[in-house]
Amino acid sequence: MDRDETLTPGSGTLRGAVPRAVARLLRMREGMLLLIIAVLFVGMSFASPHFLTWGNMRAILMSFSTEGIVVVGMTILIIVGGIDLSVGAAMCLAMVVAGKLFLVGMNPWLAGLIGVGATGLAGFVMGLFVTGIGLGFFITSLAFLGLLRGLCFIVTEGTPLSLFTLPPSFKFIGQGNVYGVPVVILIFLVVAVVGDFLVRNATVFRRVIYVGSNENAANYSGINVRRVRLWTTVLCSSLAGFAGIIFMSRLGVATPTFGIGSELNIIAAAVIGGASLSGGKGSVLGAILGIGLLSLVTSSMILLNISIFWQETIRGLILLAAVSVDHLVNRHR
Amino acid sequence: MAPTEPILRLRNICKSFGRIEVLRDVTLDVHAGEIHALAGENGAGKSTLMNIIGGIHQPTSGEIVLRGAQAEIRSPLDAQDHGISLVHQEIALCPDVTVAENVMMSSIARSRAPFVNRARIRRQAAETLRLLTDIEPDTILGKLSISNQQLVEICRALNSDCDILILDEPTAALTQSEADALFAILRQLRAKGMAIIYISHRMSEIYGLCDRITILRDGRLISTDPVSAISPGEVVHRLIGRRLDAMYPAKAAVAGGDVLLSARDLSDGRKVRGVGFDLRKGEILGIAGLIGSGRTELLEMICGLRPRVAGTVSLEGGEGFAPALYARSVSRGVVYLSEDRKTNGSFQTLPIAFNISSLRLSQVATRLGLVNRRKEAAQALALGRRLNLRSAGIHQNVSELSGGNQQKVAIAKLLSVDPRIVLLDEPTRGIDVGAKAEIHALLRELATAGVGVIVVSSELSEVIGLCDRVLVLAEGRLSGMLEGEELTEGNVVRLAAGPARPTRNDEARRG
Repeated sequence: MDRDETLTPGSGTLRGAVPRAVARLLRMREGMLLLIIAVLFVGMSFASPHFLTWGNMRAILMSFSTEGIVVVGMTILIIVGGIDLSVGAAMCLAMVVAGKLFLVGMNPWLAGLIGVGATGLAGFVMGLFVTGIGLGFFITSLAFLGLLRGLCFIVTEGTPLSLFTLPPSFKFIGQGNVYGVPVVILIFLVVAVVGDFLVRNATVFRRVIYVGSNENAANYSGINVRRVRLWTTVLCSSLAGFAGIIFMSRLGVATPTFGIGSELNIIAAAVIGGASLSGGKGSVLGAILGIGLLSLVTSSMILLNISIFWQETIRGLILLAAVSVDHLVNRHR
Repeated sequence: MAPTEPILRLRNICKSFGRIEVLRDVTLDVHAGEIHALAGENGAGKSTLMNIIGGIHQPTSGEIVLRGAQAEIRSPLDAQDHGISLVHQEIALCPDVTVAENVMMSSIARSRAPFVNRARIRRQAAETLRLLTDIEPDTILGKLSISNQQLVEICRALNSDCDILILDEPTAALTQSEADALFAILRQLRAKGMAIIYISHRMSEIYGLCDRITILRDGRLISTDPVSAISPGEVVHRLIGRRLDAMYPAKAAVAGGDVLLSARDLSDGRKVRGVGFDLRKGEILGIAGLIGSGRTELLEMICGLRPRVAGTVSLEGGEGFAPALYARSVSRGVVYLSEDRKTNGSFQTLPIAFNISSLRLSQVATRLGLVNRRKEAAQALALGRRLNLRSAGIHQNVSELSGGNQQKVAIAKLLSVDPRIVLLDEPTRGIDVGAKAEIHALLRELATAGVGVIVVSSELSEVIGLCDRVLVLAEGRLSGMLEGEELTEGNVVRLAAGPARPTRNDEARRG
């Protein structure tokens, strides 16, 4: 980096601006992921006649849309320097709480709202343990993973709640289409775009970035570090609850075992997307591309008749490659 | 001191970490039966030197002579075999096992027996402990107070069969009576012929306990003298050093403007005890004192970063000022620059513009709570230009800047809120001469414009060259206020050494 150049507005000449822009895009995580996705896309279009069809595209999008909502929350939480292993259980909790309330006669919309509220409350309590007592995010959320999952079993008494009586208006969220595009995908796109925009531009999320980058410096900038951490935790849990309600509408059933293991996929997506587990760094867009890539790979493997047993291994390798590249690049700085 | 062969002799020790030279040509002789004080400011190289003796680091060049024979100390275990024992300033014990096991750690570690003989360990540990304290050997270490843990650490060193003992500021966490007990034991050990290296900032300990003193500064040996042959003032002078005078901006033309900030009887219950002063419009007020004299704590207490136990602060016109949070202090225009640029002062992984805007984001935000990137950039550009910031652009990460430019970013951040009073802790530490002069000029400019400026500095020439009045702290108390003709190195040094306080053990030292 040229340090002697004095500070001038709009530094940089037009000459070579275009290749530089491309180089910059590729240096950014999002650009890199887009490139990989594009290569896979082109390759798969030739490899399989079923790949480049609307039906397949829709299936791929559907496969990660709902979890993608949680990825947005997880990315923000990772930026602040936290992590939440309980999101899978939180999704399930919102689902079974809402399902149970609906079955005892509550309006499904109100029940859904209370389901999201329940996960938000769980996130708040978890955040209090982290910011108030000073426990680590990892171990606290591990405890909450057990706690919330246990609650799911208690609420359902261990059996799936059949919710086929949900009114069509409610089922529309999870199963309906607008001009042929599933509502689930639309909701996901809105959350992702708004989330990405806000993380880049809102002062609230700028404070999240400050806290994640350097907690001490944030404190010396007059930022209430604990409050920022607490509400980021609540946000992540609430988005997980929201995703759970969408799943409920989509599946028409609330299963106490739903979402087991999905936290790993969600965290992996955020990290592949460029979020650093040491905080201060991460991109919602990158994380969305990350989970998109994971889904694309899975779907490609199915189309190519590769054994399903390889899926987890390949995902593990992708994650390992992403963090290794990250580490090497940062070390050379 | 009898002209015997020293038990430990370091000759021309140099040590570099990468390209950074930490020790250069340091020579040190320690005799059996002496307590040898080692003094130096932070970064002078004391710890590195101790770590070399303790086998933690290897010297880049130079030789170590132990009991007349050339030696290599390859590891801490090796050091123990050579009879060297090190008491670290930070407690390096196992908190989950008993006091006895901690005291006996090294003998347990080297024991060949397959089982631990608890009864023997307990008995031996109890004997050593009794010398210093009444701590129960069966207590779990982690349950002890820090000062008791420190005592256990010392007992452990005493227990390991050593004849060279190194103590790194052992009394930092001790009460006076515990410290006195320790001194008594050290004197006994000296009488038995042990060589003791004693690292301390405290004049009273150096003069009350030690026989000779070696002073390090910037990784070099400054001097070694018998303590009886050097005055406390001279010690301080050598510690801080006379550095090349930079060009300082002219001082305030007229002194004695309105009072901008008035502090009375400030105490934090630990480091600062009853300090009061007035800051006037147009002046730069300096705060001098040795490390640990409470300078940082005093500033942090004023702006809500550290709780006050007693005392009041009022701003211009007598309005009370007791911010419970730093954010409140900022909103009233009192801002603070931390001495630790990397840890507290900057977001290293974030761009310059993000750093500068962080103190008051609302200034560059729209009413909807979105950051206006153009405003943020304009702010960074304007302040960057004002401070002559050199960078590849405001989107460059702070970690990629030089120290001086990082500091300019940290100062730009303070100026972004148009402060009424700036409290700066070591504003020019570790930065190049050019940036330093620019920062000095800026501070003078601020003072002239009516902003209150308080500067804490460890550098004597800076305190004298830059400030109009200087408040000197010694061990948490106001030792004096200097201005005009009185503001000389000699006076600052004399006040920083504190009132001469000979300890009641002076006679013992002579004995």
